[in-house]
Order: sequence, then C-alpha cells, then structure tokens
Amino acid sequence: MGFIKAKYNAPGGVHPAYHKDLAAEQPIVEMPLPASLVVSMSQHLGKPATPTVKKGDSVLRGQVIGESAGFISAAVHAPTSGTVKLVAPVATAAGPQATAITIEPDGEDTWVEGISPCPNWQALGKKEIVEKIAAAGITGMGGAGFPTHVKVSPPPETEIDTLILNGAECEPYLTADYRLMVEKAAEIWQGALIIAKALDAKTIYVAIEDNKPQAIAAMQEALPAEAGDAQVVELKTEYPQGAEKQQIFAVTGREVPAGGLPLNVGIVVENVGTTLAVWDAVVNGRPLTERVTTVTGGPVAKPGNVLARLGTTTADMVEFCGGTSGAVAKIISGGPMMGFAQADMSGPTTKTTSGLLLLGPESVHAYESMPCISCGRCVGVCPMNLMPNELSQFLEAEDYETAEEYNVMDCIECGCCAFECPAHRPLVQHMRRGKTQVMINRRNQ
Amino acid sequence: MLDVIIALVPALLVSVTFFGWNALRLTLACVITCLAAEALSRKAMGRNLGIDDLSAVITGMLLAFNLPPTLPTWMAVVGSVFAIVICKQLFGGIGYNPFNPALAGRVMLLISFPVFMTRWSEWTIPSPIGMDAVTSATPLGLVKTAVTSTGALPFTFDGATMLQLLVGNQNGCIGEVSAAALLLGGIYLLIRRCITWHIPVAYLATVAIFSGILWIHHPQQNLPPHFHLLSGGLMLGAIFMATDMVTSPVTKRGMLVFGGGCGILTVLIRKWGGYPEGVSFAILLMNAITPLINRATRPRVFGAPKGGKKQA
Repeated sequence: MGFIKAKYNAPGGVHPAYHKDLAAEQPIVEMPLPASLVVSMSQHLGKPATPTVKKGDSVLRGQVIGESAGFISAAVHAPTSGTVKLVAPVATAAGPQATAITIEPDGEDTWVEGISPCPNWQALGKKEIVEKIAAAGITGMGGAGFPTHVKVSPPPETEIDTLILNGAECEPYLTADYRLMVEKAAEIWQGALIIAKALDAKTIYVAIEDNKPQAIAAMQEALPAEAGDAQVVELKTEYPQGAEKQQIFAVTGREVPAGGLPLNVGIVVENVGTTLAVWDAVVNGRPLTERVTTVTGGPVAKPGNVLARLGTTTADMVEFCGGTSGAVAKIISGGPMMGFAQADMSGPTTKTTSGLLLLGPESVHAYESMPCISCGRCVGVCPMNLMPNELSQFLEAEDYETAEEYNVMDCIECGCCAFECPAHRPLVQHMRRGKTQVMINRRNQ
Repeated sequence: MLDVIIALVPALLVSVTFFGWNALRLTLACVITCLAAEALSRKAMGRNLGIDDLSAVITGMLLAFNLPPTLPTWMAVVGSVFAIVICKQLFGGIGYNPFNPALAGRVMLLISFPVFMTRWSEWTIPSPIGMDAVTSATPLGLVKTAVTSTGALPFTFDGATMLQLLVGNQNGCIGEVSAAALLLGGIYLLIRRCITWHIPVAYLATVAIFSGILWIHHPQQNLPPHFHLLSGGLMLGAIFMATDMVTSPVTKRGMLVFGGGCGILTVLIRKWGGYPEGVSFAILLMNAITPLINRATRPRVFGAPKGGKKQA
C-alpha cells in the first residue's frame, strides 16, 4: 500500500561515489546559538530582500529583518533575539555580494510577538495558506531557493493535479533530507497535505531513491489516511534523480516542455525540507529561521546533520562537528556535483545550504583541460539530451548565438558531462558561463 | 589511452609468435616514428610537446598492425610520418583529425607502394586453409583471385580451418591475423569502458548478415559469414579502428549507423571491389560522413516536441 516503483527513467545520468555513510546514521542534532549570525538578504532565487533594521537595533526571533522586494523574492527573519551589529555586503555562496545583517544573539532566543499556531489548518483557505507561507519567508530548500509562495500560487488558469515531494537527495554526501524523512515523516506528510490543499492537487507522490530504504519505510508508515491515494515512489539510484524535470518524468512519465515549468504539465515539486518548513509555518506559525545542514567530508572530525540557525558560519558549523582532523583542500557549500566552492569558512548558511562539504587533498585533483576527443560520453549522460561536446566548443569560441541555437539554455547545470569527461574539460562551467552570457545578450537586445 | 595499448598486447604477442622479428621491427619503427613525428611537429607548430597522452603510440601500433610482415622499414617510417603529421597534427592535433591516422597512413602506403603492401611473407604455415607448404597470399587474396579467374571458391571450409583463422595462423598484416587475440583486447576495452559495444557489434553483425545473404544466395561463389568475420582486417578494424572516438559519431544511434555503414562497405568491397580487403576503405569512408551522422542522429532535447521540431 502506498508504494510503487518508478515506471520511467529520464535520459542520461551518472553514478558518482555517494559517501553518504559518513553522516547518514547521525540523527539530527540542534546546534547551540553561535556567538554571531550573519543573515544574508539573498537566500533565495530572485531579488534580495530589503533590510528593515539598522546597526544597533534589537531584534527578536522571527522578526522580519528583510522585506520581500518583489514578486519573486522572500522575506528574511531574525534567526534569534539579539542586537544588530553590522549591516554590510557579504559574498553569497555562489559568489556575488549581497547585504547581510550580523546579529549578536542575546542568548534568550525570545520569539517575536504574534506567533500564532494553527493546529486546525484544515479550516484555512487556499489564499490564507499561501499568505502564511509567504509571511514565513519559505523558499525551496533543496538548492535553487525558488520562493515557495510563488510556486504554490500558480496562475488561476493553470490546473495542478499532482504534488511531488522530492526526497531523492541524489547529491553525494548529503543526508539532511534523508534524516528529515526518517525522523519527521508525519510532519512532512502534514506539510504535503497543506501544500496539496493550496494547489488543489489530488495526487501526492514522495520520490525517494532506492538507496534510502529507511526513508522509504518511514514515509510509507507515516502515510496518513487523509492523503488518499498518495504513494511513495521508489526511484532508481542515479544522479540527478532529484532534478525537477527528470524526477517528474520518472514519477509520472510527463515531460516538462523545453523552456517550460513543471506547472505546464500540472505538477509542482517541493523538496521534503521545504515541505517540513511549510508545516512549521502553517501549523506552528513559525517563520523559517533554521534548517538542517549535513556537515560532512573526510576532514570533518564528526560528520553529522545539524539543525542550525540561518546565518551560522561554516566555521561555527564545522567547530560544532568536532572541527577538522587533517588538511582541508576544498570547502563546498552544497553537494560535490552542484555545490559552490568557497574561498574560506567565513560564509554563512542560508535557506538553501543543504550541506557543507570539506574535502581533503586526497579527494581534490587539479586537471588540465584537453581537447575534446569526441568520445560522446557527455552526450550519453546528459539528462537533457544535449550535446555538451559541441556546446563547449561553441562556448570556447564565444559563439553564443550558435550555442543558443543548440539549446544551451536547456542545460540544468547538473554537471554529469564534466563528471564523465575523460579529457577533463570543464563542460558544465562552459554551460553556466554560456547561459549567463546568452541571458545578458537577450536583455541587451 | 594506456588501456588501448594494453588491449593491443595479445595481438602483438600472437604477431611476434607468427611473424617473429618482422613484427617487432615494424611495430618499433612505427611507434618510434610516430612519437618523434608528434613531438617534432608540435614543437614546429609552437604547441606544447604533449606526447604523454600516448595517442601516438596507439597510432604507431595500429599502423604497424596493418602492414604486411616484409614491408621495408623505411616505408613504415614514411607511413608513420604521413599518419601523424599530415593526417593528425596539420588538422589541429588530437581530437581534430577527421580520419583515423593509422588507417590513412596504411591506405597511403597501399596506394603508393601496392606491390610491397600486398607482398605476403613466404613462411610456412601448417595448412591454414586446406593447402600445405608455402603460402603467398592472404586467404581473402586467394579467394579474390580464384573467384575472379575461375568463378569458384578455391577451397572448402571446415572446423579446422576456422580454428586456424581464429588463432591467427593465417597470412595477413602482422596485427590482424588472430581474431581471438583481438577479441580478447576488445573485451578488455569494453570492461574498461574505452569503447562501447555499439560500433563493433553493428559492424560485425552487418558483415555477418550481408555476407550471409550472399552466401545463402550462391554458396559456390561467396564466402560464408564466419569466414568473413575471422579473416582479413575485420576484427582489428571493428574493434580498434572503427571505434576510434575522434573519427566516429558521438551519439549511440550514430555509432550503430556508423558500424552498419562500415559493414556494408566492407562486404561490398570484398565482393565487388578491386581489392580483396575493404576494411580500411570502409572505415575511412565512414569517417568522412561522421559529422553528417552526428547531425542526423542528434538526440531530441528532453522536453522538446516529439517528432516535430528538430534541434538546429
């Protein structure tokens, strides 16, 4: 009951070494408040939030310190009570600078007034649910950080029949979503029911890779009667099963049109962590001020899954996990496939920090890019059926028009091509640069 | 690249067993010349030396494997220089050559020095194809001559003959004779993911089917498919030459088309062409249309309309 195996499998995909055993069996632990929190105004896709506090202000946990700055934007809340020490630009994990508010916690962790739990959420209307999600500042917590209130309020003419909870967690090393599914299955289901109500979606699927049998069992066991014909869908373990379009195909056989959105095929996909945040926001009335992050990798003394306040720095997170034992050659925010390499450990966590990965020198190699030998491996593994070999050559020649003609904009930047390339060509890096340049060229036209 | 060299070792060992010093002589001449030509031409063009990718070693070995045992050393050197300088480096070096350099080198030698390139060593082999004493032509060469002059096959085929062909006790280019050793190398390449099955299987299957149809139609004049598969340069070509990544398609469907095309051309040339063997020409001709095959077999972008709008 409530369990099926995925009938479909999207094109391409790779099988990197998963290394999930480092942190998979570590229960989620809550980290005590650090000495300071650096809260970025750019924790989501879209416009950064506008700061509403200044240096010297006292703030309470859950108080809005950054206002949503447009339709595709999200509010930012104080992760604890304390004093604003600094409002200044800080580099985000991906590189660009964004304003950040540094808060010195007072240790009281006092919630702002007006937190109103709503255990009887079934009485809420669609609009009220969306408003509560927006007020809580929830964004996609799987990685991209798309504001959730936008996702759950599709245009009125669009009919959404299916909600998919993304529990694939196909990135190597990361286990945060896995732990949430094992430990918080019932709450995740409640969150799913809330989102399904907001969307009027009739069917709910939870998509989990078959290398996480405990998560599959937990989600199946916790399946509530109200969820109707909801199903836990077991996916073949393969990167990138967590990619939205590929997952939609694996679960339903529907193909999101090139350049389109999941809602074009009547589907919304939400990460399981996001779903839990929705439950917390609607049922407990609490805005998003914390998340579970997997702190892992060879040099981390005690890898684990840490529930920490947003704005905790990498250094504090690693310190909480016993510090490092051995040399650190690379610091990555996110997973090894799609995460961002960091210059140091000073960066803060955000709503999208699913993992912090430290790699030792034995896991980090520098390669020289060689000419393409047309082996075709990148073509075989591309989950979008692109031809990264050709595209990378167009992009090396800075021929953005041809690259656009050859569908560079359909690239999902999963990195399978670069992972597979025997000539060590930085294929996905070419794609990212190419996509950015095409966007700039379009805007300038 | 090292894997390809390892995969060629069984065939090299068989070659040295059957052809002795000549096999070593040609292999060394080609490998050393290819390495030197690669280094010198890269230096002359102001590129970094870059011979440590070992691709020149492979070109040298494959060219040598495609030469008859008594070829003068200087011809092997000329072929090697042609393969590396003209066919590879002048096109931009590794990754940019449209034709398989080793095959292009062989075909250049075949056209320039037809007598030397078809003069087979006079060494005694114990009845490979039903004849004793001295052999002076390859099995395919004997067949061509016999069918052209008398209109009938020169010998019959039994299990023992097939075994000789499989082991490599037949006349031919130094590296092509042992189907078993080449298959062993091919299995190694598959395991090491240096090649995929698509091209070799499509190639061999097409040869088997096409020659099988001809054979069923007229068994007196046509070779049986198993003889086709085990003789000449087919195994060497299908496993090591047609699978050259640079000069073959990148899409899986394209690889099947490519292998199929090689198979049809090989049988066409063997049956109706002027040469007894057609593997080199077949692969080079298919190399020429590889970009077109890539274009025609471009996969449909995930989410793009089915059947309708094609990419670019």
